[in-house]
Amino acid sequence: MSDIEERVKKIVVEHLGVEEAKIQSDSKFIDDLGADSLDTVELVMAFEEEFGCEIPDDAAEKIVTLKDAVSYLTDNSN
Amino acid sequence: MRRVVVTGLGTINPLGNTVDSSWNSLIKSNSGISKISKFDVDSYPCKIAGSIKESNINEEIVSQRDQRKIDRFIILGLIAAHEAIKDSGFVSDNEAAFRSGVMVGSGIGGLDTIYKNSSILDNQGIRKISPFFIPSSLINLLSGHISIKYNLKGPNSSPVTACATGTHAIGDSFTIIKNNKADLMVCGGAEAAICPLGVSGFSAARALCDSYNDYPTKGSRPWDRDRSGFVMGEGAGVLVLEELEHAKKRNANIYAEVKGYGMSGDAFHITKPSEDGNGGFRAMEMALKESQLNNDEIEYVNAHGTSTQVGDTIELSAVERLFVSNKNLFMSSNKSAIGHLLGAAGAVEAVFSIKSMQTKTLPPTLNLDNPDRKTDVNLIPHESISKSVKNVISNSFGFGGTNASLIFGI
Repeated sequence: MSDIEERVKKIVVEHLGVEEAKIQSDSKFIDDLGADSLDTVELVMAFEEEFGCEIPDDAAEKIVTLKDAVSYLTDNSN
Repeated sequence: MRRVVVTGLGTINPLGNTVDSSWNSLIKSNSGISKISKFDVDSYPCKIAGSIKESNINEEIVSQRDQRKIDRFIILGLIAAHEAIKDSGFVSDNEAAFRSGVMVGSGIGGLDTIYKNSSILDNQGIRKISPFFIPSSLINLLSGHISIKYNLKGPNSSPVTACATGTHAIGDSFTIIKNNKADLMVCGGAEAAICPLGVSGFSAARALCDSYNDYPTKGSRPWDRDRSGFVMGEGAGVLVLEELEHAKKRNANIYAEVKGYGMSGDAFHITKPSEDGNGGFRAMEMALKESQLNNDEIEYVNAHGTSTQVGDTIELSAVERLFVSNKNLFMSSNKSAIGHLLGAAGAVEAVFSIKSMQTKTLPPTLNLDNPDRKTDVNLIPHESISKSVKNVISNSFGFGGTNASLIFGI
């Protein structure tokens, strides 16, 4: 597991209160991990904070799984 | 005519996180007032309050994760609602849901959340504002959360009448059931304004006690000669009200009947009560009329009694005037022990009013060492009294000149 993936997973565990073992790389935050739409906004804010970047709304809308987040942050984080 | 009864009680307040623990502490003359330790109060004129210990916030009722997304007043309200609904034994199935509502208010709501997000906006900018900021601080979101958690789809609202909120919520819920718009209402109030902005705001309004910082438990002293303002408290009180036949049909435990509800406006001043006390008088009179009881049938007054110079005397005079024929009247102020819970005060005091009848014990007014004037009303100084009472009245008065009174009977 990459460093980025590990950090993203940690944030998801903290914010959504799910067990780490239950998070698969293609688990959907809303459908599979019990997040609601406001949770996903907060998740994106936490990613921004952790990775020191700004995620524009149109990109944020496309981050629906752990994999999406890892891939976006791999390409865009500082 | 539909009659309305109380079938569930819940509270969290500075004396405990359940009805029984806090009631037992209250009648033992314990005080829930202490020095504020959650933030630095060195520069504050008032440094004391009735705070709830963090260890008393039950995470099994509201998880850590959920707590992050809601203001403290909602956390406290959910804890009290949990106890009240569990106590009532009511489970809202799909059919009953539409006839079961929620009306739990707050005087101020998510003040600390508003304060914190305001600082974030100023210092870090708009992108750092939490998406949960608005839903965690809106007053009616407490009623919203309770309705979602317990499947209550009937009337859903939240009164905001400052320190009369809890009493209005119960009274309005009583009226809703009486008028056949619901069979059951979860109602009351919650408040968590012991935060930097809340304490400084009430201090600036010169409402808080500032002369007992070294003796916190002595600070709240209704009707005492040496009182100097109210002491803030936090917490929540929730009642389950139910139409009598509805309660009987499911064999619910009935604590008491709501017999009357009165309300009025002073039309006088934004923070001071009307000098002749006619606002409070008219609220009590209206409740009495609805109850169809005689003046001398009210045996105990659970007073608003905030420990402010003007308010205490005005309330006492209004009570003396209305209940002049009752030579054996008792009255005390729970605020002497728990402080002033603002929008939750009337609801917690309604819980304690009902416990007074149920346990045949009238709670004391702490710190009433030297009453500032003579009265025939027994103000129950220092220690609780064993006495069986059948009808009690509970008063709440708020900034803006809003007054509410409830009569409960067994």
